[in-house]
Amino acid sequence: MRTEELINALVTDEPSTRKRFDFIMAFAVALGALVAGSLFFVAIGFRPDIDQAVRSVPFLFKFVVTLSLATAAIGLCSRLARPGVPVKEWSYALAIPVILLALAVLAELMLTPPSTWAPSLIGSNSRFCLTLIPLLAIGPLACLLLALRQGAPTRPGLSGAVAGLAASGIAATFYAANCTDDAPLFVATWYPLAVAMVVAVGYAMGSLSLRW
Amino acid sequence: MLRGAIAGDAAAYHRFLGAVTPYLRATARRQFARMPGTGGDPEDIVQEVLLAIHLKRHTWDQARAIGPWIAAITRNKAIDMLRRRGRQAEIPIEDVIEQLPAEPVSAGEEARDVDRMLAMLNPRQRDIIRSVSVNGYSIREVADRLEMTEGAVRVALHRALKALAARYRSDAK
Repeated sequence: MRTEELINALVTDEPSTRKRFDFIMAFAVALGALVAGSLFFVAIGFRPDIDQAVRSVPFLFKFVVTLSLATAAIGLCSRLARPGVPVKEWSYALAIPVILLALAVLAELMLTPPSTWAPSLIGSNSRFCLTLIPLLAIGPLACLLLALRQGAPTRPGLSGAVAGLAASGIAATFYAANCTDDAPLFVATWYPLAVAMVVAVGYAMGSLSLRW
Repeated sequence: MLRGAIAGDAAAYHRFLGAVTPYLRATARRQFARMPGTGGDPEDIVQEVLLAIHLKRHTWDQARAIGPWIAAITRNKAIDMLRRRGRQAEIPIEDVIEQLPAEPVSAGEEARDVDRMLAMLNPRQRDIIRSVSVNGYSIREVADRLEMTEGAVRVALHRALKALAARYRSDAK
């Protein structure tokens, strides 16, 4: 077939009725958060002492970390799905939650006696952390991967992994409202482990399903 | 031009694709010159990229320059193509010899990959794509000939083009 003939076929095809990709992405994030939120409020719920917790700095700080992770990863994800859009600044933005958490751990190590370090790191909810974050991330991850399929990610595995990061950011934001362990040492140990599981799933699913 | 095309101006879209093609052809020829002995025709890349541009045109952010978007798609498809060629290099020599006589035909602006992909579609999809491309029929003419409604032909054509892109994709795995 000659190229001019192929162009005939493309031009005859109906005009694109697709929404711009930003809308698709925003819709996916909203829907994913809705799914994770419903699961959270129906099956998990706030921690019992939520009234006092909202006045505690370490508790609120968890949300600063998880929300900055979600924001940076969602931004990077939507850029990876559009060919030719620079991603450098947004990949640096992913360092923000890491740096914030590292500083918090440093502060904890300086402000508390060494004898409390081990209990604070082990906490009492590590098993919940490792199961509930991935569980809550399933909905957002599915929504984000479906959105990425509408896009054109030139690096399928990486895009899937970043979608996993974004989904964990959303999931961890909800989970943090249930978890009674607020110590930065705990957060810096168990949350990343849970996130890593979701990222690995995102990478695998991205490599398999995001080629176009 | 693509802005107008996305808004539904078919003539603008035709001009846009026509204007992009020489650039794609030059890029594809450079890619091939850098990888001697890969076989195939640069026009195969040109056609695959045109199809990708068509199906992914909503991912272009209209506030940005179009150049990098087209370049990234072209690069991505060229890599797929070389991967495909790399794997084909391992197929038995008999198959290659069988394909050889057809080689000189694919001169100039004609490509053979697309015909190979078309051959894998179901007959109706192949028929619809051939009707609007090679024969240059309009949606209405195809609808009359196949006794379908125009809407059904539009849907079928769009699905057929997506199926065609999926063929390229599974071939590159």
